Amino acid sequence: MKLIFEKSRSGRRAGRAPDTGGLPVPEIPAELRRSEPPRLPEIAEPDLLRHFTELSTRNFGIDTGFYPLGSCTMKHNPRVNERLAALPGFRDLHPLEDEERAQGALRLCVELQETLAEVTGLDAVSLQPAAGSQGELTGLMLMHAYFADRGEDEQRRKIVVPDTAHGTNPASVTMAGYELIDVQTDARGNIDVDDLRTKVDETTAGLMLTNPSTLGLFDENIEEISRIFHDAGALMYYDGANLNAVCGISRPGDMGFEIVHINLHKTFSQPHGGGGPGGGPVAVSQRLEPFLPVPAIVRDGEAYRLDYDRPKSIGKVRGFLGPFGVFVRSYAFIRAYGPALREMSEVAVLNANYLLALLRDDYDLPFDRLCMHEFVLSARRLKREHGVTALDIAKRLMDYGFHPPTIYFPLIVAEALMIEPTETEAKETLDGFADAMRAIAREAAEQPERLKQAPQSTVVGRLDEVKAAKRAVVRYHFEDHPDLSAEPAAAAGVEAPKGA
Amino acid sequence: MAAERNPGDLRYHPEHDWARIDGDEATFGITWFAQDALGELVHFEPPEEGAATTAGQPYAEVESVKAVSDVVAPLSGEIVEINRAIVDAPETVNADPYGNGWIVRVRLSDPSEAESLMDAEAYERYLAEQG
Amino acid sequence: MSYLALTEADRDAMLEAIGVESLEELFADLPEGVRFHRPLKLAPALTEQELSAYFEQLASQNEHNGSHVSFLGAGLYDHYVPAVVDAVLQRGEFLTAYTPYQPELSQGVLQSIFEYQTAICELTGMDVSNASGYDGTTVAADACYIAKHATGRSKVVITEATNPQVRQVVKTYAPGFGLKVVEVPHRDGATDPDEFRAAAENAACAIFQQPNFFGVLEPAPDLAAAAADAEALPVAHVDPISLGVLEAPGHYGCALAIGEGQSAGNPISYGGPHYGFLAARSEFIRRMPGRIVGETTDAAGNRGYVLTLQTREQHIRREKATSNITTNQTLLALAGLVYLSWLGPQGLREVGETCTALAEYAKERLVAAGLELPFADRTTFKEFAVRVGRNARDVVRDALARGIHPGYALGRDYPGMDDVLLVAVTERRTKDEIDRLAEVLAG
Repeated sequence: MKLIFEKSRSGRRAGRAPDTGGLPVPEIPAELRRSEPPRLPEIAEPDLLRHFTELSTRNFGIDTGFYPLGSCTMKHNPRVNERLAALPGFRDLHPLEDEERAQGALRLCVELQETLAEVTGLDAVSLQPAAGSQGELTGLMLMHAYFADRGEDEQRRKIVVPDTAHGTNPASVTMAGYELIDVQTDARGNIDVDDLRTKVDETTAGLMLTNPSTLGLFDENIEEISRIFHDAGALMYYDGANLNAVCGISRPGDMGFEIVHINLHKTFSQPHGGGGPGGGPVAVSQRLEPFLPVPAIVRDGEAYRLDYDRPKSIGKVRGFLGPFGVFVRSYAFIRAYGPALREMSEVAVLNANYLLALLRDDYDLPFDRLCMHEFVLSARRLKREHGVTALDIAKRLMDYGFHPPTIYFPLIVAEALMIEPTETEAKETLDGFADAMRAIAREAAEQPERLKQAPQSTVVGRLDEVKAAKRAVVRYHFEDHPDLSAEPAAAAGVEAPKGA
Repeated sequence: MAAERNPGDLRYHPEHDWARIDGDEATFGITWFAQDALGELVHFEPPEEGAATTAGQPYAEVESVKAVSDVVAPLSGEIVEINRAIVDAPETVNADPYGNGWIVRVRLSDPSEAESLMDAEAYERYLAEQG
Repeated sequence: MSYLALTEADRDAMLEAIGVESLEELFADLPEGVRFHRPLKLAPALTEQELSAYFEQLASQNEHNGSHVSFLGAGLYDHYVPAVVDAVLQRGEFLTAYTPYQPELSQGVLQSIFEYQTAICELTGMDVSNASGYDGTTVAADACYIAKHATGRSKVVITEATNPQVRQVVKTYAPGFGLKVVEVPHRDGATDPDEFRAAAENAACAIFQQPNFFGVLEPAPDLAAAAADAEALPVAHVDPISLGVLEAPGHYGCALAIGEGQSAGNPISYGGPHYGFLAARSEFIRRMPGRIVGETTDAAGNRGYVLTLQTREQHIRREKATSNITTNQTLLALAGLVYLSWLGPQGLREVGETCTALAEYAKERLVAAGLELPFADRTTFKEFAVRVGRNARDVVRDALARGIHPGYALGRDYPGMDDVLLVAVTERRTKDEIDRLAEVLAG
């Protein structure tokens, strides 16, 4: 398929701005003036729309089919939420309007904050961070501020992270200027408490943990873990990526966590949009409240206002109040459920356990426990016996009409397949996916080349990621654009497994 | 592990780097195991000529599609030559990790450090333990 | 309203397949001490119809741009967003897709990001762009992070005439990065290159905004040269709408170009979501945070697109990552691509020209009405400062009572400017509206 630039023809255009109505256009000084126009596409509207429509047909979304990416919570995105976010009173509202003129928006924010506090079992919320990983960084900044306020920041330089952690956790630790301490996972899939005890002391700032973990398992020792950190004077940070498992069932605040980030684009159905936008609000216990980003959005009697008078705040992590359009959608999702958010989580856990029961005989189960909202299988037996990998299985699933699960994550499981169905899938969909997975396991034994050559039904086959990294062609170069099909392929047998 | 995977004339560091010692100079590279684990290399970030290496510390970076990895110096010294061929064709390291895929040549500051490196047999045992 | 398909029969069959008697048994691993036993204290569930009514009521309590004529800008602008943008964004295959980690199923998103990257490179005159950052403030923090690692220096410089929120976010991130932040004051609404040069000594990067927060055109090539002279990376924070008429930062010596994308294709939406853009010269490609899409081929020689250079990203390098960004702003960046494609180079130039022509007209009318322009000698783009003779916030309130939002009161951000308004004039304003503004401000 051509790039939009390749469809461009000099002189064509779609839209135009209103003209100046006879007003003269002031001259830009020569040294500041554009010397050559940018080579943006020159295309008429019908072809513009066809181009993007065609692109969309080359893409798979939740609307297309089952999308069981572990730790991503690919649940249904209710369409009414799009309508609500587009209401002019939200869509065309400027954040610098005086507070009295934005009371509806501020009220929505406050109600969302209060809801998130109730779900997490904590006291105060900031909606500002733009994504989960920004929420993590904010949480770590909060830790710095809290300890600095107590004169302990110099002493406490370490954050403990389990070896199953999502990659954002260690990256956030580095960006926040902390040192990373890894702790091991035991045979039950819990944090190894003995290993943990040797690693926590008065130089520890805190723990970053998601519970249930990326293995989809609830840490049975969470109370002991909480005691270990609190006895050392450290804080506990909860990565909310897996919150979908426990809404209304167990609250991070009650587990002992003082800081939580929530992924609005996971648990609360903000559409993923091909990679964003998201929302990563943080909830904190009362003693961390003074350090939250500025401004705070607060109730003031019957009205709502912005509080900029926050001398201990860490500052600002993003412009304005955060991604407001995301708040509208998430809050609408929550209002559609009300207290039945509990049922949402129960069904998420039910669906995952059902799928696990259907698949456990054909694949290896590294941790033999009931799972929560997701579970991890291993394809190591299939690799050993038939030479097929988790990557091959993922590619073959595409031919069966499913989006593959997350592969090669968490890192502690060989040939990992992390599967999260979510609560919005019907039983027949889960049955169909299990049938496909079992069929693929049989193919692995009888006709492994079908996996190796997969996918066959997509617009492109497996792409040469080595060539992409080496050549690094990251934009269209017009007349000088290289023809990569004329260049040799990577060495055979080189694979590039990816996680998510 | 076959003998050619871990040539007998080299010394080995636990971070999967090798040294070929030649009087008061040595050549460094990464082992067959390292290049196999990384996959085909797509980029090599070279150090500067004249830079110092410290035994056990990284002196360069290699990158595959899967991962970026530090390249660790088995011995301390001063870099006298860098293998420019692998800057343009980093995959040479995969094809010939002990020959054309050498990384730097170093003038050693403390040749006695070589005694704490493993020989080929010890390195093979070490690899077997890693599992 | 619930989005569950589960029936009683389904539940029974599934529990049996799992081998448990009840749903509660699935939670057996949870220690008693952390279980939550009461119902969540949340308002009762709403049907879709009730939901619509409730949210419409909340929306009606907001004075949005449709309810009055707005000259409010200060970082987010009332530009026209064409209907094709909505049409593309509402395609479920884009809206509900995840990050394109499985490229064979995601060529739509991947190719559109590749096209977006190309468009941003063209606008900014740079060699490489990422797939987007969170917004125009966080990309400034990203630029500082790149500069620190590229130069090894631990100071960054930023002009006082740069958007206050951009500066505030940079200062929030700086301690964790081990960076000291130095601000260069504005002189009569613009930045003096000699002062910029002096501050940039030993700096990793030096950031300026073009046009700046006051709408004034900075001596951008001189600022870039001043930074380069100090061996600090010159970074320009630019307005995408201006880049049809203003020179691209890559063509006057900048190392990095960043900015807020909202003006190009996103509604204001009370502050977000939007997209930040970040583009750089080719030598920085391996230091770029966030996603990058690259071109390649499959075994049959078909052209295709993949996320590339991912080893820099959080999920492989973990603690050595160039950034922790994962979810970014893809859908909003797609809106930007559609918008820029809809306008084309001619259209973008025309929008820029119309904005400046109308803004110039507004300046003339306000001066004719007896108001003073504090930076009268400066060339401006689509925004300018005007002195209103009394507290600007009171002026705003009074003007709103007459159906016009006249602009942003600068006093909160700049001492001594309590009586100054920042007036934004986009292509959506008309001469009549501007005449009315002058009338209202004249008193």
